[in-house]
Amino acid sequence: MSTLFEKVWSDHLVIDETPDTPAVLYIDLHIIHEVTTPQAFTVLREKGLAVRRPELTLATMDHSTPTTPVTSFKDLAVVGESAAGQIRQMEQNCSDFGLDLIGFGNANRGIVHVIGPELGATQPGKTIVCGDSHSSTHGAFGALAFGIGTTEVGHVLATQCLLQRKPKTMAVNVGGRLRDGVSAKDLILAVIGEIGVDGGTGHVIEYRGDAIAALDMESRMTVCNMSIEGGARAGMIAPDDTTFEYLQGRPRVPQGYEWDAALARWRKLHSDADARFDACVTLDASALQPMVTFGTNPGMVVGINDPVPSGNDASFRKALDYMQVEPGKPMTENSVDVVFVGSCTNGRLSDIEEAARVLEGRKVADGVRMLVVPGSQQVKLEAEARGLDSIIKSAGAEWREAGCSMCIGMNGDTVPAGKLSVSTSNRNFEGRQGIGARTVLASPATAAASAVCGHVADPRTLA
Amino acid sequence: MKTVKHIVSRTAVLPTKDIDTDQIIPARFLTTTSREGLGKNAFYDLRYEGDGSVNESFALNRPEAQGCRILVAGKNFGCGSSREHAPWALLDFGLQAIISTEIADIFRNNSLKNGLVPIIVDENTHAWLLENPGIELSIDVDGATLTLPDDTAVSFQIDAFAKHCLVEGVDQLGFLQQQQEKIGEFEETRKWKP
Repeated sequence: MSTLFEKVWSDHLVIDETPDTPAVLYIDLHIIHEVTTPQAFTVLREKGLAVRRPELTLATMDHSTPTTPVTSFKDLAVVGESAAGQIRQMEQNCSDFGLDLIGFGNANRGIVHVIGPELGATQPGKTIVCGDSHSSTHGAFGALAFGIGTTEVGHVLATQCLLQRKPKTMAVNVGGRLRDGVSAKDLILAVIGEIGVDGGTGHVIEYRGDAIAALDMESRMTVCNMSIEGGARAGMIAPDDTTFEYLQGRPRVPQGYEWDAALARWRKLHSDADARFDACVTLDASALQPMVTFGTNPGMVVGINDPVPSGNDASFRKALDYMQVEPGKPMTENSVDVVFVGSCTNGRLSDIEEAARVLEGRKVADGVRMLVVPGSQQVKLEAEARGLDSIIKSAGAEWREAGCSMCIGMNGDTVPAGKLSVSTSNRNFEGRQGIGARTVLASPATAAASAVCGHVADPRTLA
Repeated sequence: MKTVKHIVSRTAVLPTKDIDTDQIIPARFLTTTSREGLGKNAFYDLRYEGDGSVNESFALNRPEAQGCRILVAGKNFGCGSSREHAPWALLDFGLQAIISTEIADIFRNNSLKNGLVPIIVDENTHAWLLENPGIELSIDVDGATLTLPDDTAVSFQIDAFAKHCLVEGVDQLGFLQQQQEKIGEFEETRKWKP
């Protein structure tokens, strides 16, 4: 009578927790990037420590990297001196500590949460951490995956373990089936709208039900990715044939008889029928429409054709003032300046395809800048092999190299002050995409439709 | 880590709910490779106008907030990213404790690793603290109580191990390293290898 989470948790206990001490939890995969690790390597140097398991560490660069081609150090100038210094420090740290770095020129480079699954390093039943809150993405495979701070990055580098208190569990049951034009992004925005941005605090979410089982792996990643936006450090989905088909044959997945053994183990990774959750939420996917945010956190979300709600709370009014959005009117009445398709939420091949389908034979509206940034160099190659880059460029949008880009705006890809951006990323916080930038979170289809129409638009009207 | 046992200070108040880590320290300041000197970037886009001038109306810029080491904040403070730069910036800015009815998980963990004390209080106490900025509070970490100006003591929840680490200045990496033997045993005996 265990939940999926409890099975993975107990399988990794080096030492169980007591009232006085937290559990010592073993970590199977540690993903590191340039922004949240330099200070951890400094601690290792100060204490004369080595990386305990370099082969369980996956290192890349994504956050402060240019989305223009990099063939030499002078190509880093575009991100500024400080970011360029951080990139060079990452190269130095990986070299000094014997870590293989998936750096510039490596065809596997990309956003941490895109390349882990792509390489097959992300697997069911693993514990996976990264100094990035969207580590919850990897839970789509039935892994227990969560974001950690830099001090904890140092703990994992040195000991391959973390000190953790056992979190509570929350079941999010999604019945029915998504209708045409409604995607996994709309589903997870609706979930966050339902539970609120702190609804999952202290919990690990398990997404369950027919609507979740019907999703492909990239859609499941989109859902789990935004668990942290509902306050939950981790979100999980029980692995099934969809998961196994995605993984089979990927470079870091077991092969031959080891694959059969892994499969037998993975098939047991589901919550037992009588498992109990600390909290439960139920949604009907059939009732959902495309969703967009109207405020300054991902829980301030509304159906694309529904009026923006009103509220008297000071925080609510402050958010609407910042966004320059009027209650009582639908978001479709707002004109758009910038459209961003990409990020660890929606930067995978199916997301680029979804945007390209809308753009095909159409043009980005006058005065709108649209940036399409693949989540990894592999996604870029595959999209180009299918001719998606031509569709995107013909429509008047920019097609870039892989990276976090305008989701976090650390590399110079930013939204100008006061401008409205429709973005497939995960956070619409004040200033997230640039000082004074106003962000509307949406699916790739809604983002592309908004680029074509020049205002926030329902993609179903362009079908 | 330095020990943190008692904090006595006037309070500064930010009543807004859901103050996220991008507000605590905007992402453009995360290109540093150091953990030092981030206080100048704390709440940067709230403290300064777009033209770089000081936003006089922001609560932490007001004269009475200067020198305050305790911040009383709206519900769900620290939501968003895992950036440890957030507690680093707040500590360097001069804060030692954050009080709210709810503090986001990753931010809370990161704070405890650095000696910034996250304190969860009941809604009534919180409401009173929000309405009375600038009052002097005394926080006893070991006793897990805060004392109001009228000597009313309010207890708060804090994890036993987290408290032990704060009060004794325990380095958690050192604690983990003491478990090396058991970690090695786990690696040897587990049923499958990652």
